[in-house]
Amino acid sequence: MTRSREPLWWLLFAAGGTVAAFLVPIHIALSGIAAPAGLLQETFAYDRMRALVSHPVSRFYLFVLIALPLFHWAHRFRFTLIDLGVHSARRLIAVLCYGTAVAGALATVAVLLTL
Amino acid sequence: MSAYRRAMPSTWWLRNRAYFLFMVRELTSVPIAVYLILLLLMVRKLAAGQEAYEAYLRFLATPGMVAFHLLALAAALFHAATWINITPKVLVVRVGEHRVPPALVAGVNYAAWIVVSLLIAWIVMRG
Repeated sequence: MTRSREPLWWLLFAAGGTVAAFLVPIHIALSGIAAPAGLLQETFAYDRMRALVSHPVSRFYLFVLIALPLFHWAHRFRFTLIDLGVHSARRLIAVLCYGTAVAGALATVAVLLTL
Repeated sequence: MSAYRRAMPSTWWLRNRAYFLFMVRELTSVPIAVYLILLLLMVRKLAAGQEAYEAYLRFLATPGMVAFHLLALAAALFHAATWINITPKVLVVRVGEHRVPPALVAGVNYAAWIVVSLLIAWIVMRG
């Protein structure tokens, strides 16, 4: 019998859910609503934002902020599909959901390294 | 799957309010993930240069994107509230023989949520 990987996915789900709950709302308000509305022009000016985001601590923070909730999504979406009656392809669903999250995490690393 | 298992209609979550809110909670993870991909794209545009970044900010100001972000904010707040409300059930805190009241555990988390949000806003705006 192979050892279950479920605890790993559940741990990533829990960590991602916590990040999504505590960090994401304020970021949506800042970068998704206030910035496009032109309320924080000085804050979101190119030079300033690039300098802020390029700092190693910011990059690590952005990795945590972006990558972990992707695993939270993967876990929830996987079980939502099953709850909606997709029983025939459980394994495929798991692979696609967690695979997408892993791909997203790798893409996040790639982007953060280009800064 | 056993042949004796009765099939559940895939519309079960429309049956009552609790099921519906459960489904809404599960699906809040979708706009949250989409937002984070949009944020990652913003970082990519930052790396690409000033012109690309400013064009992206203009793209975010289009009505569809503004509507999406309002939806995503509502989803993220709903997720945050449900996540914090569930915390006392997952995390049972005891002091000596007494269990710390669930409402207090949730309350501390709400307070922490406010402090963390203000701190992030302060760092983004002043840092």
